Amino acid sequence: MSAATKPQTEIVADPNLPTIRITREFDASPQQVFRAWTDPELVAQWMGPRSTTTRIDRWDCRTGGNYRYVSVHEGVEYGFYGAFHEVRPDERLVQTFTFEDMPDGVALDTTTFEAIDDGRTRITTLSVVESLEMRDGMIASGMETGVVEGYEKLDELLAGPA
Amino acid sequence: MTDDRLSRVFAALADPTRRDIVARLATGDATVNELAEPYDVTVQAISKHLKVLEDAGLVSRSREAQRRPCHLEAEVFDLMTKWIERYRREAEERFQRLDAVLAAMGEDEASTEHRDGEEAS
Repeated sequence: MSAATKPQTEIVADPNLPTIRITREFDASPQQVFRAWTDPELVAQWMGPRSTTTRIDRWDCRTGGNYRYVSVHEGVEYGFYGAFHEVRPDERLVQTFTFEDMPDGVALDTTTFEAIDDGRTRITTLSVVESLEMRDGMIASGMETGVVEGYEKLDELLAGPA
Repeated sequence: MTDDRLSRVFAALADPTRRDIVARLATGDATVNELAEPYDVTVQAISKHLKVLEDAGLVSRSREAQRRPCHLEAEVFDLMTKWIERYRREAEERFQRLDAVLAAMGEDEASTEHRDGEEAS
């Protein structure tokens, strides 16, 4: 199942394997993209869902290091943590990822940084989880957020000028 | 679609035999006997799988026809395509913020190089 046209984000959810593969190209060198991916000050500027702010609690980005960050949405904090399994500068980043509200769930994310034409970079992240249900749940969780945001917007509209 | 139905869809598709049945129904309607043929299991076992798929709303069975062929409800899969598209859009929004971070980094580096150039001259 795939849905995308270049140069936008491409998502592939294999029907038979509990994986999600994300591919995207950037107008920057692998060195720059890797830095934006691993420097905590830069990471905090883009990571996490829309309408949340990201606070990084721990960030020891080296092989064997670990991280924890918190996404704050309307005063509610959602924690995420994991280990950096392998940090290979400008090439490859392997890490685990757990949402603290689902402590038994863990994803293994492998991101590769690949130089392509004109000094650009293609990143590919392959996330592996333990079951197809968990994978589908991860994909559908965005839907729930979207539905909630949709209702909130509707509430605002209804509360507007009568 | 309620969360309950969502869970039933995920649970129904978690089984490899049921995914296989769904894949075969995607090419056209089929009877239970036809569906059971390639498997080394009883027709009864396939009927049970079909019941799970029916309860999840993935498959329907005609009441009128004698053969009672099974039919795939493609609309449910459109919904899954929509979830994936939504997930993709969220990733794209995140990466557009990363685009902005990268553009700002590029400017910083350019201005640093410029300053270095001025100092050298």
